[in-house]
Amino acid sequence: MTQQNQTLVKLENAGVLVNEKWLVRGVSLEIKKGKIITLIGPNGSGKSTTAKITLGLYKNIEGRVEKFTNKIAYVPQKINIDWTLPIRVNDFMNLTSNLKKEEIETALETTGTPHLKNKDLKSLSGGEFQRVLMARAIAKKPELLVLDEPVQGVDFNGEIALYELIKKISDTLNCGILLISHNLHVVMSKTDHVVCLNGHVCCSGTPIDVANNEKYQELFGKDISKILSVYEHSHDHIHKIDGTIEKKEN
Amino acid sequence: MLDDFFVRALLVGIGMALVTGPLGCFVVWRRLSFFGDTLAHSALLGVTLSYTTEINMALSVFVISSIVALILLKLQKKTNLPADALLGLLAHSSLAIGLVVIGLLATIRFDLMGLLFGDILAVNVNDIAVVWIGGAIILMVLKIIWKPLFASTVNYELAEAEGMKPEKYNAIFTILLAAIIAISIKMVGLLLITGMLIIPAAMARNLSDNPNQMVIFSIIGGLLSVFIGLFASLEINTPSGPSIITSGLILFILSLTKIKKKSQLNN
Repeated sequence: MTQQNQTLVKLENAGVLVNEKWLVRGVSLEIKKGKIITLIGPNGSGKSTTAKITLGLYKNIEGRVEKFTNKIAYVPQKINIDWTLPIRVNDFMNLTSNLKKEEIETALETTGTPHLKNKDLKSLSGGEFQRVLMARAIAKKPELLVLDEPVQGVDFNGEIALYELIKKISDTLNCGILLISHNLHVVMSKTDHVVCLNGHVCCSGTPIDVANNEKYQELFGKDISKILSVYEHSHDHIHKIDGTIEKKEN
Repeated sequence: MLDDFFVRALLVGIGMALVTGPLGCFVVWRRLSFFGDTLAHSALLGVTLSYTTEINMALSVFVISSIVALILLKLQKKTNLPADALLGLLAHSSLAIGLVVIGLLATIRFDLMGLLFGDILAVNVNDIAVVWIGGAIILMVLKIIWKPLFASTVNYELAEAEGMKPEKYNAIFTILLAAIIAISIKMVGLLLITGMLIIPAAMARNLSDNPNQMVIFSIIGGLLSVFIGLFASLEINTPSGPSIITSGLILFILSLTKIKKKSQLNN
């Protein structure tokens, strides 16, 4: 399907220099409709920066960013609501859009938070707030969804459910998703394309390609790489993965 | 009816409160109270300009305040100084320049007290027109930019990522602030205008749990301050501008008891 392959954003050799330090450099990636791209990498490797470049939040960048959509929703890594501002979940849901009452309620239900609708935003726990942020992004029905660690602070069951939800959104809305995550083993199986960052693109490809990549294994250490591999193992491509694990342990 | 100085004062006060209510909420939300002060201080320069060139006072104050606001936005990007230091720098230097210029114009008689504290009882029909027409324009613009401005107030990056152009709307808001200062400087004076913006909004914050409610309470608070202040001024002969602000303070203190009850219920 041609529509499936429609490019939403394209980064070519993108980089940001702040205070004479490159936050990230030489990133090329392409987000297409209906696809999930996951950014992984250690702290300070430029994951959030790459997401912000994609969103156009940096004024002076190296390289090129081409955006082919304006229907964008963003779930930032952290967001501070000033206590001087009285704002309920309901008001927050409509922050950048004009949603109907039902649309807000449906979105809150999909993230399991309909009971929070009239709560003060500041009274929410970290996990609840994260779910509301997700609900707000989904309610916008975006073409491009940028999620910067969307499950932080969410309890374990909720985490799995949210990842299921992300996959579902990508299918039902047919939107492109840029996902940043630390939880390698849960995320990667649902991803179409993985980009491993460490100030630059360390390696990229399908989840299995990346998992098997030596640079990736070096970056995260053998143990973590193994967890990921085992996870893939229990689900598909048994032979292929088995071979790799043996190869790695040698 | 407009012949009566008290009716004129009331009309001007009501017009002002309708505008300072919503604008004041944004000033509080965005932590811009010192910024408002800076613009108000720079207004003195605008006033002297209007005396020397004989342009309309509101217009010259608006122009000077807008220039100062834009200089500030530029300086914030160019220097490493914190915002409050830059605000102090601009506030006091523009106030000082204004006073120096007044000194140079020794031939013109200035009512400095009137400039600092305003004189709402001395307004003429012309002033009423300035406040109501200017105020209507400010409110109209604010209504148009409400959504993107509010989004960027809640979170700048989120607003920018989702195409709300926060930089543009922040600049427009700054101009609106300069405009309200320009049209109300004659009524409450440059030392008290920020109080008119902040005190009703602060009172409203104590009573509200959502943004729209806070705006409405802020307008009501401003209107009540004007009524009480002006009647006090008439009955017990206190200065009008300071009486309005003092009334606002009393309302704020009353609102504190309300907030207390709320938290007791929650506990």
